[in-house]
Amino acid sequence: MSALPPIYLDNNATTRCAPEAVAAMLPYFTEQFGNPSSMHSFGAKVGHEVKAARASLQKLIGAEYDSEIVYTAGGTEADNTAILSALKASPDRKEIITTTVEHHAVLHLCDQLEKDGYIIHKLKVDGKGRLSLDEYRKLLTDKVAVVSVMWANNETGTFFPVEEMARMARDANVLFHTDAVQAVGKVEINMAESAIDMLSLSGHKLHGPKGIGALYLRRGSRFRPLLRGGGQERGRRAGTENVPAIIGLGIAAQIAREHMAFENTQVRALRDKLQAGILAAVPNAFATGDVDNRLPNTLNIAFEYVEGEAILMLLNKQGIAASSGSACTSGSLEPSHVMRAMGIPYTAAHGTIRFSLSRENTEDEIDRVIAAVPPIIAQLRKLSPYWGENGPITDPEKAFAPTYA
Amino acid sequence: MWDYSETVKEHFYNPRNAGPMADANAIGEVGSISCGDALRLMLKVEPESEKILDASFQTFGCGSAIASSSALTEMIKGKTLTEALDVSNQDIADFLGGLPPEKMHCSVMGREALQSAVANFRGEEWKDDHEEGALICKCFAIDSVMIEDTIRANNLCSVEQVTNYTKAGGGCSSCHEGIEELLAKVMAERGETFSPAPPPPKTKPGKLSTLERIRRIEQVIEKARPNLIRDHGDIELVDVDGKTIYVSMKGACSGCQMEALTLGGIQQQMIEALGEIVKVVPVKAVAPTKLPA
Repeated sequence: MSALPPIYLDNNATTRCAPEAVAAMLPYFTEQFGNPSSMHSFGAKVGHEVKAARASLQKLIGAEYDSEIVYTAGGTEADNTAILSALKASPDRKEIITTTVEHHAVLHLCDQLEKDGYIIHKLKVDGKGRLSLDEYRKLLTDKVAVVSVMWANNETGTFFPVEEMARMARDANVLFHTDAVQAVGKVEINMAESAIDMLSLSGHKLHGPKGIGALYLRRGSRFRPLLRGGGQERGRRAGTENVPAIIGLGIAAQIAREHMAFENTQVRALRDKLQAGILAAVPNAFATGDVDNRLPNTLNIAFEYVEGEAILMLLNKQGIAASSGSACTSGSLEPSHVMRAMGIPYTAAHGTIRFSLSRENTEDEIDRVIAAVPPIIAQLRKLSPYWGENGPITDPEKAFAPTYA
Repeated sequence: MWDYSETVKEHFYNPRNAGPMADANAIGEVGSISCGDALRLMLKVEPESEKILDASFQTFGCGSAIASSSALTEMIKGKTLTEALDVSNQDIADFLGGLPPEKMHCSVMGREALQSAVANFRGEEWKDDHEEGALICKCFAIDSVMIEDTIRANNLCSVEQVTNYTKAGGGCSSCHEGIEELLAKVMAERGETFSPAPPPPKTKPGKLSTLERIRRIEQVIEKARPNLIRDHGDIELVDVDGKTIYVSMKGACSGCQMEALTLGGIQQQMIEALGEIVKVVPVKAVAPTKLPA
């Protein structure tokens, strides 16, 4: 670590829990320990505050009723609940529509369901990570139990046209779920005016605590619980409420709402500055995804002929935290499924770095990163057998052609 | 974040012998950009003595790939080619103070680059038999290709057998689901269906002759005796009545608090040796005539 203070640019992985949220949570570990279901004063006060926190989250996503929010242990549980509920509610429908670039919380569940006999349609994306609505329209039949399409991609920030897709699903009488874990708190969401039936969100992605998330469930949507037991969450998610985390998420939701404009102006401007600064100084690098239609905080750059983990280690040495779609960071042999789905060549996919900002980043930090990145890439390219004096080796006579491919 | 050793980090941040070598006379190139790591190893070899005078590398890859390359060049400089070929991938990992299981393939790549460079110098063609699958067992770093090949070659049909042959699944056991999936896949290839139940015991009850049965019972008793005698006790076979085996505990074993445990262990060995469920019962008397009917 360098002596300079660290710079955190991995906010799509997780965020710092807002100090106000932490402060609000603490009493619920000590004096306010009651169970909101209990019929005594210990529980009553807590039940009241949970209601207030729920109202705050309701406001952030513009839900019509507070009872449309079902707290879960996080985004993954919300995703699993939504998809499995839809299958259980319509046992005659054996098909699911999703995309090739979903989060693993959806994709790996669908892979398992495929083994169990369901038919999974994964919508493909183009080089910028965009879907074809024509392909989607053709798949929307009465055999489909649920559509699950993410609001914004966690790696590139690219938005999918979920509102339009939800209207198409509604017209076809098919349930529509969206994993909005990366979008909630960063973009305006108004569920009251939406055709989306179910929406997943996660506390720790918006400066709330870990271990809490929610499933928005439109009133009247057919639903089957994942966990059965006590009557918590109106019988839709059994288990004693994670009260401190619910309170913390309530505060985080309120702060996120207050910073919505800031996120889409200042944070966006810093992100754009970072992109322009790096791309101006580093040759053979490009931003991935649909750069004109993405989250305001996310920047994913592919650096050709260098490997992502090596970049991250050198960044980390200077106190800069980011993440990579390279195979090595995950311990697998394939680079990120999102990069592969977009057809990013291997020469670039292994060198993708995601910088994800938050409202806490400053311009000084961005300037430091813009200065730090070019020498790191140059240093690694000097080591790379694919890189010559001034650029990639393109002469086939001299090109690096190892024994096995 | 990987738990890299200080040596790995040191070799990554300050790689030794990095960069092209103009007068190399032995070059090994392995890996591929699709796998995310590739390495060119360059050596300057003295033709008469086959001594490695200098070594350098160029690597596209992660921190441990670069560190493994750097370590390799340091380890082989000054050695003859034959001596250098004795350097195993485990030696490279040890030199670096260990590598995470997911990263062992980086040291394998270093070793292969060396073989390739030696072949290049000697005018031979080096063919790699390298195929790598998804990592299944993280405790022992066993990948899917290794497991599938072993299942295929040995007609395995249970997770337990896979563990016995490859060690995969013998640690934390979290990968048993993955191993079952590989079993199902390979067994389907040979027209069988994987069933999670353990394979039936090889010896079927009733198959043994009475003489063979008694012999095996005696063998188990004999095997148990040295340990008991060491603890100043002993055990003696008294009689066998159907599925009940009567024994007499002697010396310190008699009335010992651990008697039940000792007998439980012996009973388990009896069951395994005979392939049937039997009961081992201690008796005080020695004369078989006094036994209950």
